[in-house]
Amino acid sequence: MSDPNPPFVFDPARAAKIMTRHGHGGWLGLDYHAHGQGWVELALPWREELVGNAETGVLASGPIISLMDNATSMSVWTRSTNFVPHATLDLRVDYMRAATPGKTVIGRGECYKITRKIAFIRGIAYDEDPDDPVAHVTGTFMATHGTYF
Amino acid sequence: MSWSLPPYAQALGIALDHDEDGAPVLCVDFSDKVRGRPGFLHGGAMSGLMEMAGIAALRAELDGRGEAVQLKPVNIQVEFMRGGTEQRTFAKGSVTRAGRRVALVNVEAWQDDPKKPIALAQMKLLLSVSE
Repeated sequence: MSDPNPPFVFDPARAAKIMTRHGHGGWLGLDYHAHGQGWVELALPWREELVGNAETGVLASGPIISLMDNATSMSVWTRSTNFVPHATLDLRVDYMRAATPGKTVIGRGECYKITRKIAFIRGIAYDEDPDDPVAHVTGTFMATHGTYF
Repeated sequence: MSWSLPPYAQALGIALDHDEDGAPVLCVDFSDKVRGRPGFLHGGAMSGLMEMAGIAALRAELDGRGEAVQLKPVNIQVEFMRGGTEQRTFAKGSVTRAGRRVALVNVEAWQDDPKKPIALAQMKLLLSVSE
């Protein structure tokens, strides 16, 4: 017989589909790409409205920050396995090269350490090869209502 | 403002609010386009506004040099101090140091009270003079 109350386990594939439907993520066109234990990948498809330089067609850096904020945020819940409301405390982004015009950018967020109140994250944004990233990020989140575990 | 906002900023609704001591104050109205979790401004949208305000402040400063300077962002560090709520958000950059090769710009974002910033950012950009 199946458990009538199975324990809730955060499912990034399902959550990403809901969270990227509305709001800023929806406007950006963010989409679920992949996940594993403690990491999540979201996709940011290129489009003209998101360009930071009209002459070159290179994506603005703002959408990349948002992509990484969302991907790293979800990586925390993937590690904690439950949904805990939290807020970004800080985020540092190193821009290693311009994103290739026309290409979808993948944001890979990873939660590498979690404490009761603070989650430490890092991640990369890449368009073709994860070994040749567009950006690298590090940052922290804080559980705002309750604790991560 | 001599510099025009890129397509991303215009599409998101970022605009020049006014000039303050020579530095442009940019703003964005609250809408579903900038919403994060229910009732709050998305941290990424906040950061995007701050980056634009930082570049606008640097452009204003570099205009006085009389030569075309190209900017390339190196990095940004954002500290989120308060949740942004459903209202207009402002951001203003101040150029801490602009040399020949590198510029360091601090940016503050606030909503109803400029004395209560919701976020701080520090940006580093590489400068190059167009040949």
